[in-house]
Amino acid sequence: MNIKKENSLVFWLFLAPVLLAFTVVIIVPFFLGVFYSFTNWSSSAKADGGLQFIGLRNYTESFKDPAFAHSFGVTVIYTIFNMMFINVVAFALALLVTSKIKLRKIYRVGFFVPNLIGGLILGYIWQFLFNNALPSLGKAVPALAALASPENLLLARPTSAIVALIIVGTWQYAGYIMMIYIAAIENVPVELHEAAMIDGASPMERLRAITLPMAAQAFTVTMFLTLVQSFKQFDVNVSLTSGGPSTMFQGVPVLGTELLALNIYNTAFLSNFLAMGQARAVVFFLVLAVIALVQVAVNKKKELEL
Amino acid sequence: MNRIKVGKIVAEVATLALFLAFLFPFFLVLINSSKTAFEVTQYPLVMPKSWGTLFKNVATIWTSSNIRYPASLVSSSIITSVSLLAISLLSSQAAWALVRTKTKTSNAIFFLFVAAMVIPFQIVMFPLLSWLRTITGITGIRLLRTYAGMILCYVGFGVSLSIFMYHGFIKSIPVELEEAATIDGCTRAEIFYKIIFPILSPIHATVLVLNGIWIWNDFLLPLLVLGKGNAIQTIPLAVSNFAGAFVKQWDLILTAILLAMIPVVICFLLAQKYIVKGMVAGSIK
Repeated sequence: MNIKKENSLVFWLFLAPVLLAFTVVIIVPFFLGVFYSFTNWSSSAKADGGLQFIGLRNYTESFKDPAFAHSFGVTVIYTIFNMMFINVVAFALALLVTSKIKLRKIYRVGFFVPNLIGGLILGYIWQFLFNNALPSLGKAVPALAALASPENLLLARPTSAIVALIIVGTWQYAGYIMMIYIAAIENVPVELHEAAMIDGASPMERLRAITLPMAAQAFTVTMFLTLVQSFKQFDVNVSLTSGGPSTMFQGVPVLGTELLALNIYNTAFLSNFLAMGQARAVVFFLVLAVIALVQVAVNKKKELEL
Repeated sequence: MNRIKVGKIVAEVATLALFLAFLFPFFLVLINSSKTAFEVTQYPLVMPKSWGTLFKNVATIWTSSNIRYPASLVSSSIITSVSLLAISLLSSQAAWALVRTKTKTSNAIFFLFVAAMVIPFQIVMFPLLSWLRTITGITGIRLLRTYAGMILCYVGFGVSLSIFMYHGFIKSIPVELEEAATIDGCTRAEIFYKIIFPILSPIHATVLVLNGIWIWNDFLLPLLVLGKGNAIQTIPLAVSNFAGAFVKQWDLILTAILLAMIPVVICFLLAQKYIVKGMVAGSIK
């Protein structure tokens, strides 16, 4: 057998398993999914019978649905605040554990741990904390008595339940982002700091003039990472609030904290509008694709500047 | 000088306070796993009367037919370890083939894998289910509610990022190494398995960590592919079945959560260095 033939044979043999799995699990379902979003696909109208092309109706109906509009809005708000809080907390933690304090290695591990546990489990833990532990604190401490009354439960009102989601989201993800900032901060040459200290720069001045600009590279990574992660949040949403409590929006009752991923799931499985859930998933994908394109463009621009 | 000292003490105290606040929810799980149902709802913030209750609760969860913890632990372990093995072997050999074959086809395939990283699970999840059922209808291979189907899905969803990571590393391995092996009489396949695969260990670590944490904790994919009430269920599925019930038995739910966290924490303590490094490397690429 000549070398060229052997190479090409090995090439395809080595690629065959991943191509097979990838085609079965992603490529085919992806195109099927886009196709189904333009049809009346449901558990009764399957690919082998009764399936009809209905144009953009799933999309137009979705955009008319207050629950979807509300979910979109809540997701945007959640994403913005989650991004902000995660990055601020993570950067502060990174500054603290890269300073010369004692036990900094142990602190790093502690801040990182929530990230290792699945979002589903974290959500249940915090549900217990918000619904049982905080009210009990209210009963024990007279000054905090307000915490004890059932209507003050964080998860009892839509707005404060979103705050609760953001608290858990920040707690879950800040330690991971902190690790990225630590790597960036530790990459700053020590000489820069020493030189600045000799010149009499205060710690705040060194932070502004040295650490922040040097860590700027990491900001692009962490911003997009937290943006995408927050936008896709599902597990914590399911276990902490299940989308509740309900609220009124455009004159109809909707779930107050139902993020997009959960709305897609509920539309398909709870309401049994499979094709409409699919259309929403396509919209969800388009938003993420735009974010990814922006990210690529930003990275290209950065590389040119360097 | 004094100001710097004060600043240092403030930093020490603030970090310690934050550290305790971060770990408080886990502490809450631990102390409440050692209480009776009544104590949990009445006094969630006090220390348990006796730690003996912890063992009683653990025994209840361990033997409960609602949660089936030992079986779930076995299922989760099988799914995670077989998927990880398959992902690291299959995507490293694929990445190597893609790097060492410089054709338009190989570039296009690599681009396809990279582009697919943008695809969220939500857009494929509904058609995936009906399509896996169709495959079963044609071939007779059961993919829904089975290990085979679950692992196939993890391989399909896991290879993109993994190929991307291996690809970047393999590019930096000098070709001369492989040419020397060819002269010594190695076939192409031998070159990969005997020479390249072992030197990929730093990337193996990253790939195993990133995929391992994702697969072990994943909830939605097993919920759809394995379904509820299946003999095969992962730990997150078991916890959600149990904790999602209407009557909240917090003493047992928290014990179940504690048991679900223990394997992860043990793994983390054993492989801490690799996990932190792997996750940071994975984010930057």
